Amino acid sequence: MNVLSFLNLVDLLVCAVVLIAAGGAALHRNLLSAVVFAGVASLAVSFLFLRLAAPDVAMTEAAIGAGLSTVIFLIAVRRTQETEEEDR
Amino acid sequence: MKQIVSFLALATLAVLLWNLAPIAMPSDLGPVASHYVSHGLQENRGSNLVTSVVVNYRGFDTLGEVTVLFLSVSGVGFVLRRRSGLKVHRQRPASEIITTGARMLFAPTVLFGAYIFVHGHLTPGGGFQGGAVVASAVLLLILADRDLVLPHAALGWLESLSGFGFVLAGVVGLVVSGSFLANHGIIPLGTWNRLLSAGIIPVIYVLIGLKVGSELAALLDVMVHAADEGEAHS
Repeated sequence: MNVLSFLNLVDLLVCAVVLIAAGGAALHRNLLSAVVFAGVASLAVSFLFLRLAAPDVAMTEAAIGAGLSTVIFLIAVRRTQETEEEDR
Repeated sequence: MKQIVSFLALATLAVLLWNLAPIAMPSDLGPVASHYVSHGLQENRGSNLVTSVVVNYRGFDTLGEVTVLFLSVSGVGFVLRRRSGLKVHRQRPASEIITTGARMLFAPTVLFGAYIFVHGHLTPGGGFQGGAVVASAVLLLILADRDLVLPHAALGWLESLSGFGFVLAGVVGLVVSGSFLANHGIIPLGTWNRLLSAGIIPVIYVLIGLKVGSELAALLDVMVHAADEGEAHS
């Protein structure tokens, strides 16, 4: 059974949103924007869980992944510093 | 050199995972899963089979999960504990819109979270999801009033007692029915799809909801106030 057979065009668009938001979260220099990107990725993933008939996991992902951990990351960013330093 | 090694390691991993892919997508249920699907409703009378698995069949794992959450929240509380005698930096008060909106939304949000964990055995969701929703209601209150002090002693008692209740329910199952967290002969199982059904499952999920809600609320409170102090220092 192929996963792609469950998904329609909107789901594939949401998949693209997940990838773009995850890339933004990984690459963005401003940590506040990166946290918001990560929250968007979580929200889109929770939509995909719902479409794949896992409402329990979707609720967890939306409430904890997109909601609370975004807030906790925001508080942590405010406590530390808002931009990432160069590694080298 | 380092980059070549890491590239080779990634390539090896990719080949290994490529061969694992068919195993991750089995075309039929395994023996354990098909037992849950065919006997789960009869054995536990909970219409949400996911909850039956999480709280009953895999209840011991859930106890471990709750313990992990407890340990991480205690860790945060220990690292960011409030040092007394520090002057708390005065925040600009929240605007009228946020204050009024948060006060209006607090009660419905708590009610919604409680609905989610009370109906965990009937509809999607349960203790973890409902607890997170309750904690986000507390977050609204903290956002509206930054000088708000949560009753930490009461939250601690609520958290400890609900964790104790979870273990106690498991031990009662061990005494009555011979296995930890057993769901037979303690509370009548009732008819499926009713609020009072599924034996000890709703009891345990309400306890988990209270525990997760109080833990996450305390975590948010500790983090917000630690952030205030960090600003007061600088």
